[in-house]
Amino acid sequence: MKMTGAEMVVAALKEEQVNVIFGYPGGKVLSLYDAFYEADIQHYLARHEQGAIHAADGYARVTGQPGVVFTTSGPGATNLVTGLANAYMDSVPLVVFTGQVATTLIGTDAFQEADIFGITLPVTKHNYLVTDVNELPRIIKEAFYLAKTGRPGPILIDLPTDVQVATGEFTYPQAVNIPGYNPTLDGHPGQISRAAQAMAQAKKPIIYAGGGVVISGADELLLALAEKAEIPVTTTLTGIGGFPGTHRLSLGMLGMHGTYYANMAVHEADLIIAVGARFDDRVTGKLSHFARTAKIIHIDIDPAEIGKNVSVHVPIVGDVTRVLTTLLGKVKPQTHEAWLAQIAEWRKQAPLTYLQPEEGEILPQYVIQSIYQVTNGEALIATEVGQHQMWAAQYYLFKKPRAFVTSGGLGTMGYGLPASLGLQIGAPGQTVFCIAGDGSLQMNLQELATAVAYNLPVKIAIINNQYLGMVRQWQEMFYGRRYSSVNLQQSPDFVKLAEAFGAVGLRVQKPQEVIPAIKKALAIPGPVVIDFHVRAEENVFPMVPPNSGISEMVRGHEA
Amino acid sequence: MKHVLAVLVEDKPGVLVRVAGLFARRSFNIESLAVGRTQDPGISRMTIEVEADERTLEQVEKQLHKLINVLKISNLTLEPSVHRELVLIKVKATAVNRAEIQQIVETFRAKVVDVALNSLIIEATGNEEKLQAIQLLLAPYGILEVVRTGKIALLRGSKTTKNGEDLKNGKNVL
Repeated sequence: MKMTGAEMVVAALKEEQVNVIFGYPGGKVLSLYDAFYEADIQHYLARHEQGAIHAADGYARVTGQPGVVFTTSGPGATNLVTGLANAYMDSVPLVVFTGQVATTLIGTDAFQEADIFGITLPVTKHNYLVTDVNELPRIIKEAFYLAKTGRPGPILIDLPTDVQVATGEFTYPQAVNIPGYNPTLDGHPGQISRAAQAMAQAKKPIIYAGGGVVISGADELLLALAEKAEIPVTTTLTGIGGFPGTHRLSLGMLGMHGTYYANMAVHEADLIIAVGARFDDRVTGKLSHFARTAKIIHIDIDPAEIGKNVSVHVPIVGDVTRVLTTLLGKVKPQTHEAWLAQIAEWRKQAPLTYLQPEEGEILPQYVIQSIYQVTNGEALIATEVGQHQMWAAQYYLFKKPRAFVTSGGLGTMGYGLPASLGLQIGAPGQTVFCIAGDGSLQMNLQELATAVAYNLPVKIAIINNQYLGMVRQWQEMFYGRRYSSVNLQQSPDFVKLAEAFGAVGLRVQKPQEVIPAIKKALAIPGPVVIDFHVRAEENVFPMVPPNSGISEMVRGHEA
Repeated sequence: MKHVLAVLVEDKPGVLVRVAGLFARRSFNIESLAVGRTQDPGISRMTIEVEADERTLEQVEKQLHKLINVLKISNLTLEPSVHRELVLIKVKATAVNRAEIQQIVETFRAKVVDVALNSLIIEATGNEEKLQAIQLLLAPYGILEVVRTGKIALLRGSKTTKNGEDLKNGKNVL
């Protein structure tokens, strides 16, 4: 069937069963947006391109389907760079379309021209500049395939205006042919047997589960494996929800702000089973100090992650679900009484807790615990980046995957609010909270308008300490309390601000108001901003100081 | 240790910058790089000389494999192979010393490819040591300009590094 490039995009989206897209129009996507006018696709108009791509990222993480984004050329496209880098670091499937100046103008520094193909090479899994309309169906098919399969990631398609209006024959390919791309899905059976043997011999094993468990949908298998072999489980930030946080074998998060007992268990383990994780520096601390006595089994779909940061004894390249299925069949039921008792002892020595507040003061951890309590641990949560993010990771216990959405690898302030909109769009009818800091919320604050425009009833909990809290904490601990450019006392009145956007604003200044405010916010059918005024100089503990081993933690009451 | 990698890539726009950018952003050291078409239409061959220890080399190969346009990587250092570079040297020459230079050229089995009143252009091929040696011997006459290609290499014997069935060997994955 003959159609224009812009019509092909709409037809291809239909083939890919995409009915939700995020974007921001402009001069070089007019033909595309004209094609959307009558298409049966819901377009969410963000208030900034960065907001659009983070919303698509949140949508992708909660649904498991690729998030789709459209922006214009030049500044519209360059505003996507942070969002692409964010999705690339956390392996989030996105298909991003940008307008481009006509092929005849490329390279002339035309109005709103930017080399987005060149700019995004290092922050995309793959990208395309389309110069021939006849290649468009194949390219879109490949883009969705690449975004979703193997280790997922963002794909960018740059579409010049003349390609959008050119006509060609549209046949959507049924299969892809990408000779340089063949992800290994099944793990090597010999290696899986070796892993099972190592597990049978281990006295002090621990499972270290990352975002790959969530992405692969392997949470139930992981639970079965952990229970069968009685192995405690610690998760990374992006692995949260991959194992139920309330389970007796759950040690919570490990790493820089992980629990004492998770880090001690990793430090003392004789076997670490890394599942869909990448030994990031925030997890390992000082590498030379990391897990010196342990054998390491590393299961990951990306072979480049294996051996990148630590040497591995049993490497298994494959999809976590498939590998765990095989492994589960080979593992014998076991018990690790002494090891679990040792861990329980560590937990008793240093439980995850905080000092009680002074009279009338709200502690940030208490706000998170209250949200957890009121929502019965069943809310979907997006966070911004900073102290509040770590407290959310520590004190909200998730029972299921795809419920905790946070910028892990890139640590993008400004991610949480737009991501929470993506969560709500992907999971209509569910309770969605955005846990934010007073600093990071202001980085993409304009998206409150989007929340109001589409009546997305997200509840935005500001953990307001009037500081850039995490930076302040580091300045306090490592720079002799020289607070350099972290004071945010000039923040706007968030209640009035919420009202100005057409949302509801609540201010909470006393501890006894915390729970009623959360309940009140939940009873309001639209977006609500709750401004929790918390203790200004509270720190996130435990903490592994930079360049320290993970067993060398600083704990709250010792600091 | 230096390794010579033969990397077969799809001949698509941007593929060179993808490879070069990967080396730059991951701090891998490229010693030399040569790119050209192969006997297969649509497939180019990059010969990349890289300075790396074993662990870094493993990362270089794995990260290269993650590039969608990369089809196959072979390490030619591990097997008997022929390595060549080509150099063009413009050297000062007068009627008096031209014959002397000619002798050096013949010793190295190089060629004079341009003769002018006051200069010669010499074309030499060989491995790195040989090209360094000829340059050293010509230096006293006054080298005006030197241009060198990157290294290219082929396996000895009838074995090839052609793009073929073994592409599905599971190493080439993301």
